[in-house]
Order: sequence, then structure tokens, then C-alpha cells
Amino acid sequence: MAFLERWFGKDKTKNQAKERLQLVLIHDRTDLAPELLEQLRAELIKVICNYLEVDDERIELGLEKEDRAVALVANIPVKNVKRYLSSAK
Amino acid sequence: MAARTIVITSGKGGVGKTTTAANLAVELAKIGMKVVAVDADIGLRNLDVVMGLENRIVYTLVDVIEGACRLNQALVRDKRIENLYLLPAAQTRTKDAVTWEQMCEICSMLSGEFDFVLIDSPAGIESGFKNAAAPAQEALVVTTPEISSVRDADRIIGLLESMEKESISLVINRLSPKMIKRGDMLDISDVVEILSVNLIGIVPEDETVIISTNKGEPLTLESTSPAARAFSNLARRLLGEKIPFDELEYVNSKGMLGRIKKFLGL
Repeated sequence: MAFLERWFGKDKTKNQAKERLQLVLIHDRTDLAPELLEQLRAELIKVICNYLEVDDERIELGLEKEDRAVALVANIPVKNVKRYLSSAK
Repeated sequence: MAARTIVITSGKGGVGKTTTAANLAVELAKIGMKVVAVDADIGLRNLDVVMGLENRIVYTLVDVIEGACRLNQALVRDKRIENLYLLPAAQTRTKDAVTWEQMCEICSMLSGEFDFVLIDSPAGIESGFKNAAAPAQEALVVTTPEISSVRDADRIIGLLESMEKESISLVINRLSPKMIKRGDMLDISDVVEILSVNLIGIVPEDETVIISTNKGEPLTLESTSPAARAFSNLARRLLGEKIPFDELEYVNSKGMLGRIKKFLGL
């Protein structure tokens, strides 16, 4: 079985190396500890909630690598904008 | 005329900085450039032995800084190749013996006399690296296709970017075509994609590198080995020539040809 996996390239160790490297570099480049990212997430949600009603169960927040830069990518589903509209009156 | 001042660096130790610096210096000198190789690894010098000039050192970079001799007295001329010089590091001192300002001063003095000033950086990201990188406008980052080496290269590239170097180029050293074919080694495109910098050289794993170091004769004097050819291509690319990256294919053809030649007793 291992032989077959190797044959079809699923088990290539270079792929493991590449994946591990990409993950480790995102954290090296931002120098942001996981706890800090969690704290950032919580505070970001708090601020956004002042304006929008969001689905905080489905929020995706993470760091992604783009060439030599790292991007903070957030996907925040909005439930309702009513609160924002009412406060703008 | 001002020289192109280039630091050869890597972060991780043992990936081939000194070998690259020595062979690049030889190749550039062979092309006709006036070259000085500066060993910035104070306390752990090795450029002298790789170039085979260890017995001819009288003064060192630290002696120049301390005013014990003039710069010209510390330069060791390579008698085998015209236009090639070494400025050796001190072996019995530490990195604290020089400051980055002093390194810049020495390199700007050399800049007036040479076409190329190549600085062999120590491993690490501390003062030794900073001293070596400060005088350079350009940087060559050497890495092997291993996780630890690529990770350290990434760190060094980040530091060089913050120092606002004019150009940062990548040399991938010790590639094994056999392992790449098997899928057990990061290949060239993997490393370039991860580090996102301009590729300038690829050097295949080659026994002749150690053999030439044993003898203290620059590898690039023996012109047919795959690594020697790779360093020659690196030098020419540095001078702006467009040369295809076929170093790994050359290893394979050389292997076959080598075997046939051996069989025929040539």
C-alpha cells in the first residue's frame, strides 16, 4: 500500500516539507502567537458588532501568505445591518 | 569606478556560503573582473582555506581596522588567477572586534580599486551578519532545499529587505536530481515559490566540491564538473547574461557521458 501511495505521489516527502514550511513561515513572518490571534479575533468581533450584527459562529479569521507578504484574511457573515442604520439616524 | 559590493549570506550555517563566495570570486576573475573576496566571519574564518590561500596571510581585516597595517598589506593576491584578492578575517578575535561602520569604511576603500567586492558573511542573524551585510548594495542568499535552511533563508531575506538592499537573489545549493525525481526533495520551483525572490543560481550536489576544498584549489579551475559549471553560470548571470537554468539536466547528461567515458577508458 505504501508502495502504491508512493507510486501515485501522495506520499512524496517533498510535499510534506512544503506544507510544513509554508505554515511555519506564516508564523515566522508575522511573529504573532496563536493566543494573540485569538485576542485579535475577539476584539475585532467586538468592534464590528458595534455596527453590524454578525454570525460569530461562522467567522473565519486567519493569516495567509501572499508572495513575501502575509495577509490577514477574514470572512465575516453579516446577519443584519439594522443596528447600524438605526444608530445613523 | 565604484565596485559592485555583494554579501553572500544564508542564515543557517553549512549551506555553502563560503564555497559560493570562493567560486564566484574565481569565476568573475576568470572573466576579467578585478575581484576581492572579504571574509567577514571573524573568529571562524574559512574563506582562506577554501581558496587555498591560508599560508600566505600576514595581516587581517582586524589589523587594518586597528591601524596595524595598511589595507594593501592585508590583501592576499591569488597567484593562480589574475585580478583575484582575499581580505582575510582574524581567527583569534571575535565579531565584536569590528563595527558595521568600520566594515563600511573598509569596503568603500576597496570599492575604488575593484570591480567586485564579495563579502562572505558568517551564519546567524546577529552582529556578524549585520557587519557583513551593511556595506553591500546587493545580496546573494544561499540555501539548500531543506526545511531548516529555507526557513532561515526566509528570515535573512526579511532582514535584508528591511535594510533596503537594491537586489536580493537566491542561490539554491546542493540539489540532488535523483532525490527531486523521486519526490523526496523540494525542487527549484518549490523553493522559489516559498521565498518569492529572484533566482540566480542552482548548484547540484557534487563530490568535486569537497575534493577541491581538500586540495585548496578552486573548483572552478576544473571546468567540467557540474558544480563548477553551475558557479560559472552564476557569475555570468550576475553580469547580466541570460542563461537557462539547465544545471540539473547537465548532471544527468554528464553522468551518462561520464560512465561511457569510464567504460572506454577515456
